Amino acid sequence: MSVTDAPPAPDTGPEVRRPSTRRRLVPYWLLLPGILWLLVFFALPMVYQASTSVQTGSLEKGFEVTWHFRTYWDALADYYPQFIRSLLYAGSATLLCLLLGYPLAYLIAFRAGRWRGLVLVLVIAPFFTSFLIRTLAWKTILADGGAVVDVLDALHVLDVTSRLGWTENNRVLATPLAVVCGLTYNFLPFMILPLYTSLERIDGRLHEAAGDLYATPATTFRKVTFPLSMPGVVSGTLLTFIPASGDYVNAELLGSTDTKMVGSVIQSQFLRVLDYPTAAALSFILMAVVLLVVTVYIRRSGTEDLV
Amino acid sequence: MPVLRLLRRNLVVIAGLLTLAYMILPNVVVMVFSFNKPNGRFNYAWQRFSLDAWKDPCGVADLCGSLSLSLRIAFWATLGATVLGTMIAFALVRYRFRARGAINALIFLPMAMPEVVMAASLLTLFLNMGAELGFWTVLIAHIMFCLSFVVTAVKARVMSMDPRLEEAARDLYAGPLQTFLRVTLPIAAPGIAAGALLAFALSFDDFIITNFNAGSTVTFPMFVWGSAQRGTPVQINVIGTAMFVIAVAVVLLGQLIANRRKSRAGK
Repeated sequence: MSVTDAPPAPDTGPEVRRPSTRRRLVPYWLLLPGILWLLVFFALPMVYQASTSVQTGSLEKGFEVTWHFRTYWDALADYYPQFIRSLLYAGSATLLCLLLGYPLAYLIAFRAGRWRGLVLVLVIAPFFTSFLIRTLAWKTILADGGAVVDVLDALHVLDVTSRLGWTENNRVLATPLAVVCGLTYNFLPFMILPLYTSLERIDGRLHEAAGDLYATPATTFRKVTFPLSMPGVVSGTLLTFIPASGDYVNAELLGSTDTKMVGSVIQSQFLRVLDYPTAAALSFILMAVVLLVVTVYIRRSGTEDLV
Repeated sequence: MPVLRLLRRNLVVIAGLLTLAYMILPNVVVMVFSFNKPNGRFNYAWQRFSLDAWKDPCGVADLCGSLSLSLRIAFWATLGATVLGTMIAFALVRYRFRARGAINALIFLPMAMPEVVMAASLLTLFLNMGAELGFWTVLIAHIMFCLSFVVTAVKARVMSMDPRLEEAARDLYAGPLQTFLRVTLPIAAPGIAAGALLAFALSFDDFIITNFNAGSTVTFPMFVWGSAQRGTPVQINVIGTAMFVIAVAVVLLGQLIANRRKSRAGK
């Protein structure tokens, strides 16, 4: 990796300055083990992956770097539906998390009173049951002929959603709706906690001031509360979107072959098909897309114009 | 219409509570189905009440072995990530040094990367080095992705610390080590504890990175994943429920103690 990360050569100044030189090296010693760990096990693997993605060969004969960039093109041509689906599902789940999470974060920050601690515990508590077990529970909740499906069917909600292509044949399980529902559920705490943190910091007197100036509650929210909660909105959406875009657990457990996301493809190419170059190329493309989305998003939301 | 007005006034509360219900519902299902006696291999449909699984939580082959493996990995990963992360956090807040931007980026990137990307690239490294996949590769991976979260948690706490407290200690002739152990560390402790707790939860519950780098080693999340294909034993729900109850009890107890202290300090 870049040479700049290594500690600079010790200053060979005059003898008198020895102690201060030693003191100046303290931060580097503190940083060294952790940064080295990240360099070797996070940054270096990226280099290996980049190299793997332009290799050709087979498992038996071994792989060689041949600068075969076509792998990227082929991977995209073969798997662009899964890519688009991943971004679509992750985007929908992020939006849903924001819509569902905001009221709860608001409730905890301003309306919970002495129940605040308990509600916060309830938001975090699900974390302590393995998320795979909880995701499997959705199989029971959304099961065919279960209460949820029956109610949705009776209210003709399923007619609408199946016309939109979200569900099929009066079932929810194994449809895009189930996958998005699972993604939303799994990443909601990552949305709520940053939202709560930024809402909690808002000075309550600003609300009073807005009220004194004859702002309706809706206007107060639009002009005061929401803009001030923007840092939470930005970090919450990122913390939801990034993991959701690479997730394959929800798609595999709650979806069908028609709802596979790009994470599933990377996983099966890597662990079952053993086509390392394609898997590495796909993973690289996913990383590039996510970094691009994140950068553009942070730039855009950095300006006040967004609100 | 007073009822309608009450509803409108409390719209946020109602919406928030509905979201809370959405978040809690699966836990309730897990709990209820730990008392189920399913027909067949999958525990997805309610049949009848039974305590069988609770009487014999380890009755399924490999289940408790995977659980203890996950606990061991989480323990060591927490320890490693907390020590390394705390050191980095102190360096970042307290010292000036070169390449700060690059180091910040290196710490931020693992948190801004889909897990599957890190998992796949780490596997290419291990494959290229010819490393044997198992306990050690999983531990290495867990320390790697927990590290950034610990740094963030500890950094926030250390940044809000009043530097004058340490100056006061020095003025009172405390040596650097004494100042660190008696003043700095106790103040930073809540941040370090929060980081460690987060690391433990992340490591214990990690599936994607572990799945790539574990080889034939089976952690608890991997056991659950496998059982989703082969058949879900009720014991999984028992363990999920027990973990949930223990965690909530510990947190509530902690809050109770904190409240006691606060009210005592108030008197």
